[in-house]
Amino acid sequence: MLSFIARRLGLLIPTFFGVTLLTFALIRMIPGDPVEVMMGERRVDPAMHAEALHRLGLDKPLYTQYFDYIGNLAQGDLGESLRTRESVWHEFTTLFPATLELSLAALLFAGTLGLIAGVIAALKRGSLFDHGVMGISLAGYSMPIFWWGLLLIMFFSVWLGWTPVSGRIDLLYDIEPRTGFMLIDTLLSDEEGAFVSALRHLILPAVVLGTIPLAVIARMTRSAMLEVLREDYVRTARAKGLSPARVVFIHGLRNALIPVLTVFGLQIGALLAGAVLTETIFSWPGIGKWLIESIGARDYPVVQNGILLIACLVILVNFIVDILYGLANPRIRHQR
Amino acid sequence: MTHSTTPEAVDQSLLYPSPLKEFWQAFAHNKGAVAGLLFMIGMIICALFAPWLAPYNPSEQFRDFLLTPPSWLEGGQMQFLLGTDELGRDMLSRLIHGARLSLMIGLASVLLSMLPGILLGLVAGFFPRLLGPSIMRLMDVMLALPSLLLAVAIVAILGPGLINTVVAIAIVSLPSYVRLTRAAVMSELNRDYVTASRLAGSGLLRLMFVTVLPNCMAPLIVQATLSFSSAILDAAALGFLGLGVQPPTPEWGTMLASARDYIERAWWVVTLPGLAILLSVLAINLMGDGLRDALDPKLKNAV
Amino acid sequence: MSLLNIKNLSVRFGDANAVPVVDGLDIEVNEGEVLAIVGESGSGKSVTMMALMGLIEAPGIVKADQLQFDGHDMLSLKGKQRRKIVGKDLSMVFQDPMTALNPSFTVGYQIEEVLQQHLGLKGKAARARALQLLERVEIPAAASRLDAYPHQLSGGMSQRVAIAMAIAAEPKLLIADEPTTALDVTIQAQIMELLLDLQREQNMALVLITHDLAVVAETAQRVCVMYAGQAVELGHVPMLFDSPKHPYTEALLKAIPEHSLGAKRLATLPGIVPGRFDRPHGCLLSPRCPYAQADCKAQRPDLVPHAHGAVRCFYPLNLNSEVA
Repeated sequence: MLSFIARRLGLLIPTFFGVTLLTFALIRMIPGDPVEVMMGERRVDPAMHAEALHRLGLDKPLYTQYFDYIGNLAQGDLGESLRTRESVWHEFTTLFPATLELSLAALLFAGTLGLIAGVIAALKRGSLFDHGVMGISLAGYSMPIFWWGLLLIMFFSVWLGWTPVSGRIDLLYDIEPRTGFMLIDTLLSDEEGAFVSALRHLILPAVVLGTIPLAVIARMTRSAMLEVLREDYVRTARAKGLSPARVVFIHGLRNALIPVLTVFGLQIGALLAGAVLTETIFSWPGIGKWLIESIGARDYPVVQNGILLIACLVILVNFIVDILYGLANPRIRHQR
Repeated sequence: MTHSTTPEAVDQSLLYPSPLKEFWQAFAHNKGAVAGLLFMIGMIICALFAPWLAPYNPSEQFRDFLLTPPSWLEGGQMQFLLGTDELGRDMLSRLIHGARLSLMIGLASVLLSMLPGILLGLVAGFFPRLLGPSIMRLMDVMLALPSLLLAVAIVAILGPGLINTVVAIAIVSLPSYVRLTRAAVMSELNRDYVTASRLAGSGLLRLMFVTVLPNCMAPLIVQATLSFSSAILDAAALGFLGLGVQPPTPEWGTMLASARDYIERAWWVVTLPGLAILLSVLAINLMGDGLRDALDPKLKNAV
Repeated sequence: MSLLNIKNLSVRFGDANAVPVVDGLDIEVNEGEVLAIVGESGSGKSVTMMALMGLIEAPGIVKADQLQFDGHDMLSLKGKQRRKIVGKDLSMVFQDPMTALNPSFTVGYQIEEVLQQHLGLKGKAARARALQLLERVEIPAAASRLDAYPHQLSGGMSQRVAIAMAIAAEPKLLIADEPTTALDVTIQAQIMELLLDLQREQNMALVLITHDLAVVAETAQRVCVMYAGQAVELGHVPMLFDSPKHPYTEALLKAIPEHSLGAKRLATLPGIVPGRFDRPHGCLLSPRCPYAQADCKAQRPDLVPHAHGAVRCFYPLNLNSEVA
């Protein structure tokens, strides 16, 4: 198992350097004069221009610039925001828990509902329920989630008044960020009703963000289950006199989970992309909203290294999924 | 000794349907796919004849009719079938012109990514020593970022606008073509017919484009429809984020972005553009499913 | 009373009018007896036993006048009651050991599962018993194999594990569905040997489904020859081999390579078993039968008992050459 992890880890390194090259190149592809673009004004005073160019390190040859960039990264220096003068790393770590909380809630929603719906659809193949699940999941898969979010806001927040429109919690609460997870922080604080308020804020964004993963997981679970239930070992399990629940959930689902897990992993990248849209709609103070606002404000250091951080996150998550995949599938684990 | 070869076999081969007919039969068997196709045809007609079909110029502002509800609602006007937006522009006209824009973005970005993608994939498949792996590593790097985020990053650098949207989406969907083509090429290269063609003295280019490529087309066509739908979705998302096509161009996502502020007063300005996006994406995905089943029976049970 | 008693079993797939895959089959197995069911692929051997185990799922339809095992009516038994018998007193070994074991669980787990389900053994007790079982089926280094995954075992090893699983709860009847077909020739004899050893040692009944008549001759006491879902001949072993009554049995015997020693060609029976949609009007064998007469093509014969068994043929062979 350890050598399996080591091998996968080895594959990460070239990808990581590739991504740094990409983010390095991105910022240098800005059309026009970088200093003018970054300062947002034309005809900058030549002395200031040269000074800015030097400060940004743009006056050196390209390869030196790249090595400087890597060197800074290695020292944990991701630059600072042009807007707030805060370090990019600091901003990222402050905002990231919000995105993580939202994503986990979305995955929880999509995973449980998708697995249950997929398994039942497979067991009742051809039934009304099966057709319903397949139809809804096809629609979910095609859903423009930014519109879906607006629709849900319109229905639940504007018409029914059940859920708040934006943010993570009502403004009247002042919650000290201990873990960064609002649900946990509100439980730790002794403010009454804060937890419920946080939960109410979380539900709609989580549903919106979870919609596409839900559709994909339900579809995948169904087809994987159908495939697995035809296998000989499921027949063996039934011939052993095991209960139907044990046959389906232990012998069937355990094997069906392997492809589902892969898809689940692929969805995590999509989830981060979805977070950008969801956070924008619900004014959720996470890294997605941060990135979009920085783009709007032409805050290039944030854009560049924010993207780098998100890419690293995706790589890391895929790595973890790979390991989990190995755990779930003994045949992969023992591969030489 | 009597063998069990049936004499009917000969007759059947005479009656064997042409590939096109066979394809159509398989496709038509899938009701959803046909529905998707019909919707797409409708959309293409809208796109082609937008200026004649749309009752008004999509940018014309009727200052006396701001946020008029659709005609069947109280306060609706017969002249504005689907109501008007916050500047008094006719929703129906904007939606019809939006179809034109969406299809154009989809088509352009698919072509712009498919052609280089196939070329890179062929090269990667034919040169598995050095060139292939380096191309694939590059694609891995591009895949490390979720597609929408990469598109956002590219647009952030190039600046918003129609052309840049197309470029960004094309770049983003490039890796899937490369991967798919390479995988198909690798598996075809081991087949005997390729060896035979090689022995017959075919040159590299002939092998690539005449011998191997046609046999890799089925999954590529399916991928093209799928990336067409995700191109429409991504373009709308970019528009919604304010990074895509800029107002007053009637792009569906851009329309949604400006409609956000009227969510409490005018549901139609929010609902209709999104519905248009959902239905067209759904239609293309349905068609894609049908195409996959009809073109590539091997994939039928895959997902 | 016999251990297993099947009367007029029929299995169909699809609606009630579909051509049955198994048709009007009677089978009886006594305690401690070895019965071989012989026939070509598609003759309904496996389906019969799957029906007994309750492994036929919709759209399959199982009907029988009697489907009695060890005093239980297996047709009317439902859910929990049935599962108390299946896997315990009545168990099965399947054809392809490489797919019959669940790839996600260790060998030990899959055996212990049976022990827990039927004998209530847990933890260390179950593990110890599983180890014993692996040793009993002659798996070398059994202790280390408990934690192996099926993909780490060879086909023969996997089949031994499957057998260990099947005998874990000391069944009264073990069904072995072509247990050696998927294995290397060198392993086949070992596995058969093991099965017969276990059969004798535990005095369990064994139903051996096979198309290898050579194996049948060495192992079984009685034989049921099936063709296209019907029993065409029932008989005891030496007699059936010495004087087959049914033309199909005769053809099968002739196809054993040893019987053709000296001949230029191995005798074969032309054609294939009729499928669901091309059933002949008369006797199901008539298109392939070298002795077929006009009435064979018009009517279907019944299974008629004779002194030492039963045969389904209008013109049975060797009836007069009966050895006492």
